[in-house]
Amino acid sequence: MTDRPPVSDWAKDFDHLDPRWVTEPYQIWDELRRQCPVAHTERYNGVYFPSRYADIRAIAYDTEHFSSRRVVVREMPPRVPTDSAKPKSPPGASTLASPPITSDPPYHRPARMLLLPAFTPDAIGRLEAKTRAICGDLIDRFASNDRCDAATDYAQHVPVAVIAHMLGLPEGDGEKFRRWIHLLLHEGIAENASFAQALAEMDDYFRVQIVSRRSVPGEDLITFLLGAQMEDQPLSDEHIIGTLRLLLIAGIDTTWSAIGSCLWHLAQHRDDRRRLVTEPALMPLAVEEFLRAYAPVTMARQVAKETTVGGCPFKEREMVLLSFPAANRDPEVFPQADRVLIDRAENRHAAFGLGIHRCIGSNLARMEITVALEEWLTRIPDFDLADPASVTWSHGPVRGPRKLPVVFR
Amino acid sequence: MPEHKVLQVIVDPERCQGHNRCKAIAPSLFELDELGHARVVGDGMVPPGLEDKARLAEANCPEFAIKVAQA
Repeated sequence: MTDRPPVSDWAKDFDHLDPRWVTEPYQIWDELRRQCPVAHTERYNGVYFPSRYADIRAIAYDTEHFSSRRVVVREMPPRVPTDSAKPKSPPGASTLASPPITSDPPYHRPARMLLLPAFTPDAIGRLEAKTRAICGDLIDRFASNDRCDAATDYAQHVPVAVIAHMLGLPEGDGEKFRRWIHLLLHEGIAENASFAQALAEMDDYFRVQIVSRRSVPGEDLITFLLGAQMEDQPLSDEHIIGTLRLLLIAGIDTTWSAIGSCLWHLAQHRDDRRRLVTEPALMPLAVEEFLRAYAPVTMARQVAKETTVGGCPFKEREMVLLSFPAANRDPEVFPQADRVLIDRAENRHAAFGLGIHRCIGSNLARMEITVALEEWLTRIPDFDLADPASVTWSHGPVRGPRKLPVVFR
Repeated sequence: MPEHKVLQVIVDPERCQGHNRCKAIAPSLFELDELGHARVVGDGMVPPGLEDKARLAEANCPEFAIKVAQA
């Protein structure tokens, strides 16, 4: 990673890859919210950071001024070699299209609508037994020890196995998927070579899968996409590959981070652990509260047209970090926002985004988090951090523990 | 009618983005269409005893798509 100068002023020179921001962002955001609700930095070619719920919501709803053509703040815009060879891309389509997350209106809606039926609560409910079995198998591997790494031995494997099942991919390829995600969202935030390499490898991988599904259809999402139509036309291979890239990336480290953060919290809060064991009916409220307090995903937008939000001018072409985690910590909207109250009944959190880009996998994520916590607490009701100093956090658009050693009591 | 006030829930389909919070909180008041977007069950009238659930659904909708009104 490149050496970056230390941050002198969070309001005018923030860096979301700064170690302080990565390990303990909430205090920084609280201060910004009080002093300078829309922070800015010249780094990364110019980025805004709104910290108030109201401004984040306004931007998420304003697709006219804030485009999704770029949804990750990186050191440099990705240079995609095939881009110039695709002059047929509709205007407004992304240079690195992963529809519908990178799509703006009017292209967004049809690309989203064709995916929605596969992610309704009923469709996701059919995956619950499989998810429970996956969690049980993982716990079997370490339950007889007195410790494990809750991130690398447990949390990270759950969504990988589930999405592999949904896409009809071999579970054994999980290591490959995690590597791509690391290259794209972690190393790739600062290094273009890692980013390009992961994209090329994913592209090759999915092309092979598409060819094999064309000859032998399955009952998976890849087969579903091959048969899907948008405006009476089959999807192009580029569209399918872009969507598969999105489902794979967005379906994995987001939920793995959420599960990890829940276990990180529970490892440090014995009362919450006990309550969830003795009052399992509290789980739905607790999951929503964990999603609020430890929302893993920060999306981004690019300013498409100059505008003003929260009294602050936004310059065209600069990026905006759309921090749903910061919105969820705004005391204007959430009383005692800095406290995790697992029985919080009124909780209008924005962990899955707001507006037309609401996370399409939110029902899947909720199911996976709930099942992963239920199975863990059934088998390992009491546990602590082995060494708080050894916990590490990811940086970039998805925040969660990457090393989480715990000991069982 | 006695003093008991009848409530009605309303979902604004233009605002609903399918977060599924309302149905999770009050499955007898809300249902989902084939895309996962919410609509009220029947005419949205809230049976006695479910007023709190109706208010919670309203208070938890991330898109402010739900209103509870006096019927």
